[in-house]
Amino acid sequence: MRPLIQITNLKKAYGIFTVLHGIDLDIDEGEVVCVIGPSGSGKSTLIRCINRLEAFSSDSSIVVDGVTVGPGKALAKVRAEVGMVFQSFNLFPHLTVLKNVMLAPMRVRGTKSADAERKARELLARVGIAEQAEKYPGKLSGGQQQRVAIARALAMEPKVMLFDEPTSSLDPEMVGEVLDVMKRLAGTGVTMIVVTHEMGFARQVADRVIFMDGGRIIEQGTPGEIFDNPKEERTRGFLRAVLNH
Amino acid sequence: MNLLNTFFNIPILIETFPLLLSGLLVTLEIGITSIIVGLVGGLFLALVRLYGAGPVPFLAKIYIDIFRSIPLLVLLIVVYYALPFVGIRFSPFVSAVVALTLVSSAYTAEIFRAGIEAIPHGQFEASQALGLSSRHMMIDVILPQAIKIVIPPLTNNCINVLKDTALASVVAMPDLLKQATQAQALSANPTPLIGAALIYVALLWPLVSIVARLEKRFGGEKRA
Ligand SMILES: Nc1ncnc2c1ncn2[C@@H]1O[C@H](COP(=O)(O)OP(=O)(O)O)[C@@H](O)[C@H]1O
Ligand SMILES: [Mg+2]
Repeated sequence: MRPLIQITNLKKAYGIFTVLHGIDLDIDEGEVVCVIGPSGSGKSTLIRCINRLEAFSSDSSIVVDGVTVGPGKALAKVRAEVGMVFQSFNLFPHLTVLKNVMLAPMRVRGTKSADAERKARELLARVGIAEQAEKYPGKLSGGQQQRVAIARALAMEPKVMLFDEPTSSLDPEMVGEVLDVMKRLAGTGVTMIVVTHEMGFARQVADRVIFMDGGRIIEQGTPGEIFDNPKEERTRGFLRAVLNH
Repeated sequence: MNLLNTFFNIPILIETFPLLLSGLLVTLEIGITSIIVGLVGGLFLALVRLYGAGPVPFLAKIYIDIFRSIPLLVLLIVVYYALPFVGIRFSPFVSAVVALTLVSSAYTAEIFRAGIEAIPHGQFEASQALGLSSRHMMIDVILPQAIKIVIPPLTNNCINVLKDTALASVVAMPDLLKQATQAQALSANPTPLIGAALIYVALLWPLVSIVARLEKRFGGEKRA
């Protein structure tokens, strides 16, 4: 079976500063992959290349579900199939929660308003915020906003969901509610790539854990392999630092 | 008493009032046309300056800088008196609207650009990640948020345009100021000028106080 996402020789540089040194990575349908590593190691850049929020070197290649991620017309198609959840939520503050979730299906897929609304209410119920549908995002807590952001991305019925440190800007008491939603999502077979510092979540939910440092994948494997039996010294050093924290 | 008769002669004011009103109508026609065309042109200029391809943003910047530098009176005289030498002949009304619009769209472009640039980058990224086209990103996400930011400075710009319509009197446009000077000459009394001044103030005072209130609420930027 062809992998859902094929990343080949992914290189990215800002001027003379190379952020990604030719990464090769395949991700299968239904796989939940957690990306860990020190700050500045290129985790965000890696997943932001998948929907081309970051441009990358022209001798690199990313293929999502058979469509090459490039600067041309196909990009819209890729972006419609790839959902993304940001550290800073990035909800649309001038639209109600419901409208936030309805917007993309109506504009990108041409879904009828009534259908989009039914779907949006269903998703909001799934992430546990059905009662907040008519409110504006500014009135919600961080945890609630992030759950809306997840519902908004899911409304497009994406083939893969990208998460960039979805709990890093949350107050500690709200981390759990967002991770719970993500755990349930992982259980439904959605393909997920999650950049995270939540080692407990990675250990419990990931099919595969990828450790990055200095713009390279240093080591990858099952949570057991990475957390209990890391082979690389850099992985061990990183885990020692975060687990003692 | 004499002073009142000279500067605020009620019978003369009543007599010349219809003339002043017809002038006000022309002033409003010129002003509103220029404001509307300037808004559309300004939004277009702002978008091509921010997102145009190749040399387009640079050209937009040149346009904006030139028309923010040139004195409106000079531009108006060039349009009305100089262009005919190269075979381009505009009526006084069109000359006034063209000059006002060229300048207004340059200022409006900068106002829109500042408004769009004030929107957090995450809003653009979230729109793109959802697959929205650039057009929908602008229409549904960015501009509705930018509008709140640009309303105070845009209102300010409207005030400036309405004031600047008075310059149209130099190209023989029968606007409020022109009619007032005409009436003054006919009646040999400055009362119509005072009447015109009062009409300008009555027209613009409400806008000025609205801007003040809006700026207090949103914080705004003044046209230099
Ligand atoms: N716009 C940018 N310009 C220059 N350098 C950048 C930019 N964005 C990220 N970087 C650099 O790229 C490296 C990787 O960043 P990032 O992918 O955000 O790392 P991570 O998500 O692992 O913390 C960092 O060293 C960061 O400073
Ligand atoms: Mg990051």
